[in-house]
Amino acid sequence: MADMITIYINGNEHSVREGEILSSVLAKAGITEFHKSPDGSPRGPLCGMGTCFECTVTVNGNQHCRSCQTKCKSGMKVETR
Amino acid sequence: MNSTYDVIIIGGGIVGCCCAKYIAECGRKTLLLERQMIGGGTTASGMGHIVVLDDSESQFQLCRYSRDLWTEFAETNTEKIEWNRCGTLWVAADQEEMDAVKDRFTYYNSRGVNVEILDQKSITETEPNLKPGFLGGLLVPDDAVLYPPAAAKLFSKLAESYGAEIRQYTEVINTTSDGSVTLKDGSKIHADTIIIAAGYNSSDLITDLPVIKRKGHLVVTNRYPGMINHQIIELGYLKSAHSAAKESVAFNLHPCANGKIIIGSSRQFDNYSKDVNFDILGQMLNRCFEYMPKLKDLQAIRTWAGFRPATPDKTPYIGPCPGEDKIWAATGHEGFGITTSIATGKIISEMLDNIESSIPTAPYLPSRIMAGDAQNG
Repeated sequence: MADMITIYINGNEHSVREGEILSSVLAKAGITEFHKSPDGSPRGPLCGMGTCFECTVTVNGNQHCRSCQTKCKSGMKVETR
Repeated sequence: MNSTYDVIIIGGGIVGCCCAKYIAECGRKTLLLERQMIGGGTTASGMGHIVVLDDSESQFQLCRYSRDLWTEFAETNTEKIEWNRCGTLWVAADQEEMDAVKDRFTYYNSRGVNVEILDQKSITETEPNLKPGFLGGLLVPDDAVLYPPAAAKLFSKLAESYGAEIRQYTEVINTTSDGSVTLKDGSKIHADTIIIAAGYNSSDLITDLPVIKRKGHLVVTNRYPGMINHQIIELGYLKSAHSAAKESVAFNLHPCANGKIIIGSSRQFDNYSKDVNFDILGQMLNRCFEYMPKLKDLQAIRTWAGFRPATPDKTPYIGPCPGEDKIWAATGHEGFGITTSIATGKIISEMLDNIESSIPTAPYLPSRIMAGDAQNG
């Protein structure tokens, strides 16, 4: 069993398993709006395999990271909106 | 349908569309033929930089005149053409390039173009994501960027509003000096003047007028508004652009109005495949990372290659072709065709009407390259 680590989602502490896929962590945390389109509409995961770019979030200050292709690391700071 | 026109323009890129607008506006019966879609070829492959370049006095004159026309046009069309008056920042990497900054400052300043010299401190303040330590640069604040396919489309619509006819997906296979155009379906159309604005395909229609494909690659990123504030280019870009070497790359970034960043640039002769070449793409990106390491963190969403229509003397052809009675050229703008398209359209229209243009037009005449039958014989 992987170690439990702490990540920060919109500033709030979450305890997750190291290496867990970020998009599932966000979904389990009840987040449905991962980012907004330029027209303001909410976007969330669709393909789950890195193709659709719908699940992008900001990770450690880098915008447009595909959360379905991102593994959780200790101290990671994630911003959705 | 009447098949005789005053003017037929072959090629619906941004140059052909600008020609169609100005010529139709003067009341001539105008037909524009485009083999694919309006603005879908080299126009859609380019960055869309509206920039004053100074490789030669004639290039400077054409760029400056055209930039002024764009600036005036953009006042009422800002959103339609995605105009962003971001200015150009030329970055100096060493003392030799900083000396070149001073020379260019003097050249531009004496000709009435706004320019500003930035030192090491102010260049970092102006573009905080540049790698620290650059000696300085030259800021040209009135340069801009736009979205070329949208601008081409708008000019084709304006041409139509002045009575021009636009036919897309119509391929021309031949033209003759008596003013006849043969389409792929075998039909013929006639005009008093035929203007070849077919970019790198122009030589297929006028064999004596050399236009060579010069391949380039670009990458576009997702939206990162505020990441860069200007079109940023290394001064070495001019070395790359002017070099006769088979391959070259240079750091060149472009902030689109919608926040996306276009990353360039590469130049290749003797490569006629539209496929992306990952070797030169890698060289290009590594060059850009040297100037702005932060680019490595950005999400690229697309990469593509296209062809610039290059001429042997790096000057476009604008005007009548000697020895080819009714055939004119508006082509060969290499990497600054978006910038100079609007002036090209205006100048061609003025030449047709025997009106003197605002700048000397002799340097662009095809007769400098094409001798015509009399001299050839």
